[in-house]
Amino acid sequence: MIKKDNNFNTIKIKKGLNIPISGEAEKVILKSELSCAYALKPVDFFGVIPKLFVDINTRVKAGSCLFIDKNNPRVKFTSPVSGIVKEINRGEKRQILEIVIEPDKEIEYERFLIKDIEKITRDEIVDTLLNSGLWVAIRQRPFDIIANPDDKPREIFISAYDTAPLAPDYDFILSNYFNEFQSGINILKKLTDGKIHLAINGTIPVLPFYQKLINVEIHRIIGKHPVGNVGVQIHHINPINKGEVVWHVNPQHVVQIGNLFLKGIYEATKIIALTGSEVIKPVYYKIIAGASIKELIENNIKSEKVRYISGNVLTGRKIYKNGFIGFYDSQITIIPEGNYYEFMGWLSPGFKKYSFHKVFLSSILPRKKKYNFDTNMHGGERPFVMTGIYEKVFPMDILPVQLAKSILASDIDMMEKLGIYEVAPEDFALCEFICPSKINFQEIIRNGILLMLKELK
Amino acid sequence: MKRLREYIDRIKPHFDKGGKFEFLKSTFEAFETFLFVPNKVTSSGCHIRDSIDLKRLMIIVIIALFPPLLFGIWNTGYQHYMLIGENKTFLETFWYGFLKVFPIIVVTYITGLSIEFFFAQIRNHEVNEGFLVTGLLIPLTLPVNIPLWMVAVATAFSVIFAKEVFGGTGMNIFNPALIARAFLFFAFPSEMSGDKAWIAGIKDVAIDGNTGATILAQAHLGNGDFVNAVQKPITTLDMFIGTIPGSIGETSKLAILIGAFILVFSGIGSLKTMLSFITGGFIVALLMNFFAVNALMSIPAWQHLLLGGFAFGAVYMITDPVTSAQTERGKIIYGFLGGVLAMIIRILNPAYPEGAMLGILLANAFAPLIDYFVIQANINRRLKRLKK
Repeated sequence: MIKKDNNFNTIKIKKGLNIPISGEAEKVILKSELSCAYALKPVDFFGVIPKLFVDINTRVKAGSCLFIDKNNPRVKFTSPVSGIVKEINRGEKRQILEIVIEPDKEIEYERFLIKDIEKITRDEIVDTLLNSGLWVAIRQRPFDIIANPDDKPREIFISAYDTAPLAPDYDFILSNYFNEFQSGINILKKLTDGKIHLAINGTIPVLPFYQKLINVEIHRIIGKHPVGNVGVQIHHINPINKGEVVWHVNPQHVVQIGNLFLKGIYEATKIIALTGSEVIKPVYYKIIAGASIKELIENNIKSEKVRYISGNVLTGRKIYKNGFIGFYDSQITIIPEGNYYEFMGWLSPGFKKYSFHKVFLSSILPRKKKYNFDTNMHGGERPFVMTGIYEKVFPMDILPVQLAKSILASDIDMMEKLGIYEVAPEDFALCEFICPSKINFQEIIRNGILLMLKELK
Repeated sequence: MKRLREYIDRIKPHFDKGGKFEFLKSTFEAFETFLFVPNKVTSSGCHIRDSIDLKRLMIIVIIALFPPLLFGIWNTGYQHYMLIGENKTFLETFWYGFLKVFPIIVVTYITGLSIEFFFAQIRNHEVNEGFLVTGLLIPLTLPVNIPLWMVAVATAFSVIFAKEVFGGTGMNIFNPALIARAFLFFAFPSEMSGDKAWIAGIKDVAIDGNTGATILAQAHLGNGDFVNAVQKPITTLDMFIGTIPGSIGETSKLAILIGAFILVFSGIGSLKTMLSFITGGFIVALLMNFFAVNALMSIPAWQHLLLGGFAFGAVYMITDPVTSAQTERGKIIYGFLGGVLAMIIRILNPAYPEGAMLGILLANAFAPLIDYFVIQANINRRLKRLKK
């Protein structure tokens, strides 16, 4: 439902679910010391096959190429800091997991083109983005992969409203970066003939920050998670059809892109929220992308049996204790591990259990509002049984179960017809969360997208 | 609990691959997960999960089945003592009913679960929870005088041929509980209808007239006013409260309403399906009223909703998520169709005056077709966007 309101579109969406999880970050920004190590993780980039450009002990600057994508050699992945390549960690089948860099005390930067925004050409912008490594911040729909530099997108979307559990508040994060943000938008504007859409939190009046912006169309979004997902916003603002491509960029990357063209350097600073029930002092930190979380968690976690997640609890990636923040993430979540047995758990009244379905007494009793979630599965995997529940947390005109089943059947024709071009795994995270049969929707969708990519090659 | 957990952990290796009881792995797992929710943690995708699982879901359905079950047990005793003209206390009445109904439930569970365990074992799957509900639904749809061996045969038939041949829980096309009932209905019609089926102990008593027949059967025969076991007229309130002869769980609309509330509140039963089923049945019954030429056709439409298994079907059968239409729009059409078919069969079929069972089974058969059209409509909306 879209209606015009004070020159801003307001989009109200009823479906969705805000999971009442505890551990929100307090709105204070601490500046983190330079971390002991930084890493770029090829696994953060879906569908990319890395080809290394560096070896152990290679000296790099911030913005130096670490690896490229074999499928698309123009796309470079660069170091966020200057220093020495210390480790190249590999996993199964020698898959590269992370390239770890020991930083210098003072960061040295590669220099990139600075030119007046009026005069700079589209090709110059694309080349500068590619060389600096910031190109990879631009992702496309369909498929939620890194944008193809040869494409010209129909439109570009920016979601400055993250509704995921314990998500950082972009209004707060962006507030000091108006010039950089506006400059980033101006650059993006040159990449498309269409509009730049910016989605913001619609539950509060439009902040002066956004009112002053030019070259963008602002949409006020009201609703529960996943309305902050850019895919859901695209679906409601201007859905993509077969053959169309739109791009989307995280607002912090818009700031970095703005900075790149203002200063001519790849300054990978960003603000992240340290969240989760196991964090003693959950606050925001100003860090450099790819930092180790070692300094953030020192004397700041409640127990040892915890899970460290780069990102949010629904879509984030599990990292090890002193692991690194993912490229696209603006959030670290730390929650307890749940490897315990529960005697007759399915029969318990469930005063302290949270469920989307009203099957525990907790849903009748007016009790506490927030829950401490852990990583227990709460049951075994089963075939699809329930129907009609997934649609309640899936605010798109797409049939989630039918799409998932078409993927399980590898029916490409049907996947296309049912809307695979519009979705990303993250849009199905809530379906996965509420599923009584414990079906891994995100994995199914990811496999479906991989199948489509293979098919379209 | 800790001791028990330690004991399970100690014997667990015997059931793993290579252990001496490997052939009982699924059975062991079923009991283990029955006792303890596993300690498995999330490994991919969401790091946190909802506290619900299929066991919990099935338990809620079973809780929702308790009101009609408890009432059915009491009513079994009540009908019996009314027939033989004895006045008994509530507890005695209930106890009599319990002795009649409990064996049927036990036989159903033992037969069904052993087949389920067997299939899980040969497929190397975990045992599914679906039968926990089916096993209670089957007795509730049966007349109390049904011989136990028939219950066992029907349960075995439905679990094997309505469920396992399709791949088990979640894969079946027809509602297994209704298949069991339909099997009995066509294989042993004399035990499933008439005036000897519904009241416990009626076979030992000399009866006359309408005694012991369900209201629908009485209307079918057109013998005038509806009467109960002792020839007293049956009021609408009796039909609502459920002090009438009928299948064990179907008589009390009040109890069924309580169950419906539990299902709808918890989000497990679809209110959409229930209401469209009732609407479909009501409209047909209303139409029949206009053209009424016999007793069945002239029963007021609203009263039809209180009779036979219609209400029970609306709440517990048509809503079964596995055999129902899977799409939200489909559910409206599916429920409506089920209701229409149930009422048409009930009123117009010359052979037997109950249609809920067959109406719902027919609707089951149509569910995939209905879904096909709903999905096609979704696809067309997307295509239309492209052409614009």
